[in-house]
Amino acid sequence: MMSFISYLTNGLSLGSIYALIALGYTMVYGIAKMLNFAHGDVIMVGGYSAFIAMATSWCPVWLAMVITVAVCTVLGVVIEKVAYKPLRSSPPLAVLITAIGVSYLLQNVALLTQTATPKTFTSIAAGAPPFLQVFEGEAPLFFTALKDSPYGDRSPILTISMETFLAITVSLVIMAGLTLFINKTKAGKAMLACSEDRGAAQLMGINVNGTISLTFAIGSALAAVAAVLMCSTYTQITPYTGSMPGIRAFVAAVFGGIGSIPGAMIGGILLGVIELLSKAYISSQLSDAIVFMVLIIVLVIRPTGIMGKKINEKV
Amino acid sequence: MRKQTKNNLITFGGTAVLCVLMAVLSGLGVLDNKTNGLLVPIGIYIILAISLNLTVGILGELSLGHAGFMCIGAFVSGTFSLVFQETIQPVWLRFALAMILGGVMAAVFGILIGIPALRLRGDYLAIVTLGFGEIMKSLAMNIYLTADKNGLHFGFTVPPENIDDETKRELLKGPIGMAAPQDTNFWIVLIVLLICLAVLMLFIDSKSGRACMAVRDNYIAAQSVGINVTKYRIMAFVLSAAVAGIAGGLYSHSISLLTARKFDYNLSILILVFVVLGGLGSLRGSIIATIILYALPELFLREAGNLRMLLYAIVLIAMMLWTNAPFCIRLRERIGASAPMQKLKGFLKKDKSAGGAA
Repeated sequence: MMSFISYLTNGLSLGSIYALIALGYTMVYGIAKMLNFAHGDVIMVGGYSAFIAMATSWCPVWLAMVITVAVCTVLGVVIEKVAYKPLRSSPPLAVLITAIGVSYLLQNVALLTQTATPKTFTSIAAGAPPFLQVFEGEAPLFFTALKDSPYGDRSPILTISMETFLAITVSLVIMAGLTLFINKTKAGKAMLACSEDRGAAQLMGINVNGTISLTFAIGSALAAVAAVLMCSTYTQITPYTGSMPGIRAFVAAVFGGIGSIPGAMIGGILLGVIELLSKAYISSQLSDAIVFMVLIIVLVIRPTGIMGKKINEKV
Repeated sequence: MRKQTKNNLITFGGTAVLCVLMAVLSGLGVLDNKTNGLLVPIGIYIILAISLNLTVGILGELSLGHAGFMCIGAFVSGTFSLVFQETIQPVWLRFALAMILGGVMAAVFGILIGIPALRLRGDYLAIVTLGFGEIMKSLAMNIYLTADKNGLHFGFTVPPENIDDETKRELLKGPIGMAAPQDTNFWIVLIVLLICLAVLMLFIDSKSGRACMAVRDNYIAAQSVGINVTKYRIMAFVLSAAVAGIAGGLYSHSISLLTARKFDYNLSILILVFVVLGGLGSLRGSIIATIILYALPELFLREAGNLRMLLYAIVLIAMMLWTNAPFCIRLRERIGASAPMQKLKGFLKKDKSAGGAA
């Protein structure tokens, strides 16, 4: 039972990281109608910026976070302006290939400047006690009580690390904030309007180009947060760190119905939980295959994802 | 002669002449080792690119899992060759059977995945094919097969047990992969390439091929004139899968150690890049793009070392902007309207019309 809870919380933490990344995919898809394949590599850039910032002696963790978010936001907007904006009215495949090109570009720049050797990332919660521990026959203890290890050498039957706790709470707070932003503010409503009908939105006086840039900025900022959380959990970073989580998050976005914001959150969390539980209970080598199998089954049953809207084609 | 037939003949003839020329040059020992080593992979990638062009260009559906079909073909035909290495004797017969089996198995998987996947369209279809490719990769990484005097022993995720050590022959070793006999040379790749090219051309030029293009151009209109949309979509998808399976078979017989890790999503993307840059729906374009894009970084950018892939990425982005961005199109028009370009164009046109009359 305890091991199940531990797997479940780890799955939730991984899933909330996926959800943060998937939000970037889904928002960009909703507005620009393109699959931003370079999104995964923005995560990698975020990881390296945090790594470099934290390696300097004068930089506290919060400042490193701010720098990471700033770097990714600027990067996202620059990519959009330079590579995607000129192609806005081109066939979707041309945009897709450009996105792949940007992804290769970021990976290779990282490869040249940071080399392929994995760097060890210091967790943002390094040195902090675990968030929660349960010992045999005792009441669960939270981090405030765990500072001076009350049970000495006894090994706990359940440990939830600070990183896991942080990943889940930070993601939940951000998702709540994003939902509020989109539904309550003018800029957020402009985003909704653009994704509904870009032409009509422009006629209503919405600055479409500005809104698209804002979407890329928000998506990349979320990727930066996900990067720090992910690198804190897995403590390693290479130029290819971003690509696999990027694909998983993309799958999560489709799983939830691409273009739908609550869909991306649900899809991400479900995907993380499924991945970890299948790793734990079925086979760790086959977890990839199981995740994609579930995706295919969901798409065959519900062709537009869990929360996707069915659009009837008009002749 | 019909324009399409003439076009096909030019492509086919050009490819045949180029391939034979390269094979002869390589046989005479004119080419250096590096170029020699590139011939077989380029041939295999051309087969992959033209088969993917059938799905993406003719059928109009984005597939991100083409490496998955290649993976099936590679492992099935490689395993067949290893199992029957001694029993089926003339090597060419075993090799031909292995190729056919690889293609057929890829086609079977094409049907299995095609029937549910082709109900979807656009990005959802793309993601299902991506998932399919990843599933095939992880499955292939977990299969173990060992032969001994008692027969074959199969293991999934763990190596099989109770094996007679003396006569043990490990055929498939999970993540480590397999070592199929290296039966391929450039002449064989050349023949298979030309056969595949001919089959794809005939298909595209047939009634079925035209039906696929009609579905691509307007799904609803095609449906309303009585084209069985599902049938033609699956037909093209399965043919594309089968050809990719054959390419996989060639691949597994051309390298010393085959690992499933190779068949990841990056490989599918690489082939897709060849197809898109060569021009959707144009087999000739795919062939030219594959040769240029595969040989370019290997032959001419070697000295650039690590900068190689960086340059490749920049070229990719620049090429897309150059062909599609509005300001680049305007720029091109301005250059195109200048006097020397007009002269060149007039010259080319004259040349073409003279060729047509003859």
